Amino acid sequence: MADFNVQVRGVGHVSIVDLKGYLDAHTAPELESTFNKLIEASNYKVVVNFDELAYISSAGLGVFMAYVETMRENNGDIKFANMKDNVYSIFDLLGFPMLYEFFKDEVEAIEKFNNQD
Amino acid sequence: MSEKTKPFEKELIIKSSTDNLSVIRDFAKNAAKESGFSDDEVGKIVLAVDEACTNVIKHAYKYAPEGEMSVKIIYDTSKFSIVISDEGADFDPGLIPEPNLKEYHKQKRIGGLGMFLMKKLMDEVIYREKVNNKNEVILVKYMV
Repeated sequence: MADFNVQVRGVGHVSIVDLKGYLDAHTAPELESTFNKLIEASNYKVVVNFDELAYISSAGLGVFMAYVETMRENNGDIKFANMKDNVYSIFDLLGFPMLYEFFKDEVEAIEKFNNQD
Repeated sequence: MSEKTKPFEKELIIKSSTDNLSVIRDFAKNAAKESGFSDDEVGKIVLAVDEACTNVIKHAYKYAPEGEMSVKIIYDTSKFSIVISDEGADFDPGLIPEPNLKEYHKQKRIGGLGMFLMKKLMDEVIYREKVNNKNEVILVKYMV
């Protein structure tokens, strides 16, 4: 079974989603459930920290596509941080840099949200 | 590549559960490494195989975990081919048009990305409908 873990931390009004391991069609539902909980709690400002994510397939990328509009409609967003080159290259192939913000470090992503408030 | 690996064939027969994707990835990874691909190329092959098998599980077996699929790897020093076959419902990922990615994101179309990725990651993606009652997807990477 693929090793995957998702945890949520709060930093001020921003929710940090820490991903670890392998995000594929088997583990993507766990991430969906995390986004559903964030929406239920009206937490729309989300930074996803990819520091410990080793692998992603399109099933994982699809999760971000499915939830980003809801976040944006509620004055929030999904921003990406601490992504490794091999993972970024997949996001790049699928055109994500046109529509999502990527940051080297989660602190920069959090600041971007705070400056908008 | 300093020393050429001898040609080989390996086959993994496995049930159509998403739980098995990690086993399939390890199988593809080891064979790609054995053939002498760089880490970067190994990563591309592993992802393409994952996407092809995810499509089989999703479209041919509609997430029923008891279907059977075969992942056969054929390495012959000039090319590395992965033949993925199933006995599930007919589907033709080849008919999916290449998406305009900006429109794609706007429409929140979260399917079809796998086929798009496979084409980007591999040199060739061949789809064969129902040969001996099996669907086949063949992924090819040429050795350089």
